[in-house]
Amino acid sequence: MRVVVLVKHVPCALRGMGFGADHTLDRAARRGQLNEPDEYAVDQALQIALRRRDVQITAVTMGPAEAVGALRKALILGADEAVHVLDDRLHGSDALGTARVLAAAVGRLGFDLVLSGSASSDSGMSAVPAMVAELLGVPVLCFADLLRVREHKVEIGRDDGAGLQAFAVALPAVVSVTERCGEPRRPTLAATLDAHHKLLRTWSLADLGLADGDAGVATTVVRTVTARPGGAEHVVLADAPEVAAIRVADFLAAHQFL
Amino acid sequence: MRPVLVLADHTATDRSVCRSTCALLTLARRLGPPMAVLCTPADAAGVARLGRFGATTVATSSRTELDEHPAAARVELLAHLARRTAPVAVLVASHRLGQEVAARLAARLGSGLVSDAVDVRLDAGGPVAVQSALLGAYRVESSVTRGTPVFTVRTDAVAPVAAPVEPVVERVDIGFPPGVRAVRRIARRPAGAGLHPDLATAAIVVAGGRGLGSQRSFGLVGALAEALRGTVGGSHTATELGWCDRRDQIDQLGTIIHPRLYLALGISGSVRHRAAMQHAETIVAIDRNPTAPIFDLADLGVVGDVHRVVPELLAEIRRRRATR
Repeated sequence: MRVVVLVKHVPCALRGMGFGADHTLDRAARRGQLNEPDEYAVDQALQIALRRRDVQITAVTMGPAEAVGALRKALILGADEAVHVLDDRLHGSDALGTARVLAAAVGRLGFDLVLSGSASSDSGMSAVPAMVAELLGVPVLCFADLLRVREHKVEIGRDDGAGLQAFAVALPAVVSVTERCGEPRRPTLAATLDAHHKLLRTWSLADLGLADGDAGVATTVVRTVTARPGGAEHVVLADAPEVAAIRVADFLAAHQFL
Repeated sequence: MRPVLVLADHTATDRSVCRSTCALLTLARRLGPPMAVLCTPADAAGVARLGRFGATTVATSSRTELDEHPAAARVELLAHLARRTAPVAVLVASHRLGQEVAARLAARLGSGLVSDAVDVRLDAGGPVAVQSALLGAYRVESSVTRGTPVFTVRTDAVAPVAAPVEPVVERVDIGFPPGVRAVRRIARRPAGAGLHPDLATAAIVVAGGRGLGSQRSFGLVGALAEALRGTVGGSHTATELGWCDRRDQIDQLGTIIHPRLYLALGISGSVRHRAAMQHAETIVAIDRNPTAPIFDLADLGVVGDVHRVVPELLAEIRRRRATR
């Protein structure tokens, strides 16, 4: 069984970051890390591997040279090998552009199950797993709070606020997991040292056969970026508790918690 | 005139049209005549509500797949309508189902997706979506260069404004391909059916801290958790004072939580507490001290007395449940 985990390299903290001249996030000044939900995805892959003998876990990322840090962490957490899609033309890719490249990489590797975190901490889009599934032509289960892999199918549990739901799908499939699916185990020193010897491959767009396609072409364009010095105005003063209570109830209703 | 497709949401209980849809229609009117896509059989009340917020057309389908395979069937339906009507844009509310539907639709149509828009407007070059980026520190305006723009919208930022029209109801009759049935729902349990999940895996957590002042006031935390069908937690101060159980402690040494909603009552937000709750998707904090560090993390902060705000909030929740 081939499990491919899609991972992303994200900045450690977003506070105080800014945008570059080309309206992309200025990542150079910030230390990066493996996106936290993706750690959970790697750990879930490892959980499957603990129960089956035939599991091969491959971590895949697309990003600049520094993104290799995320792959190293994934290898430490339990991935068997890693693929880094690295190409200068990919700078500034949007969700669909990223999904096209990742789908090509996953298709080239071959897969039974594709896992990923449900959202990235920097963009927060949650779009790439569903897009990858659509491009690969396989079903997708997004936002899994619970994941169980059976012989030929996966089952997930999901809590959307309006109640619990469980879904099942036959493999191959794409599943995105939330941070509620179980805390990842801390890697041992032996695993950390062993990760240096694992295979880490770098593929370019030409390797994926996308060199003259539209993989690097963005489908969205940022018009303007304006800084708001105070940040979002989100603190209300409760001179009257009734007014504050209505504000909070409105907020909860809008987020579908009421 | 090319329409704007708006995916309508309905409540699971009585199938009435949600507030989020009214907010979407309010924005959609700026781009063109809204066409609401209703995924239940059209009832008079639903159509009237959609009309009141400006939907000139209501496209409905009563196929059972829309209920049993919600995401895949909605993608098929929207893709079908998008190909037929060549809309100006497609607007979807930004919740879990909406995000999945929008992403798959964008991939299928080969069009650009802008997620979590807080505002939408029409510009010479087409529809423009406004996002709030990097914790609200930047306002980013984007437009789509390829295909039909697909926007997911954070509707809590939008106030619905009525603009009544008489909608035309159109029944959409499409056959779904077998692929729609790939994902099967195997169980469904309504919220609040005697369910008290563990703190670490809870979707809604209500926690209390020193600001509550006494064991008796800590009961407010339990009452609010009960009302929202969430799980109770406490800061380390609350557990040390014996107001709540030690296993309900939320901090580095206790439980690290990842809920969808975190409500902090009378918690200032020490480093050890923040380390355990900062991963919550949505954070609401109520505390008396305006300089409390928890307000830096909160999506909504209320500076006020917990003992006065929380009983009012409980009453408001009861009122809303009763009048719905």
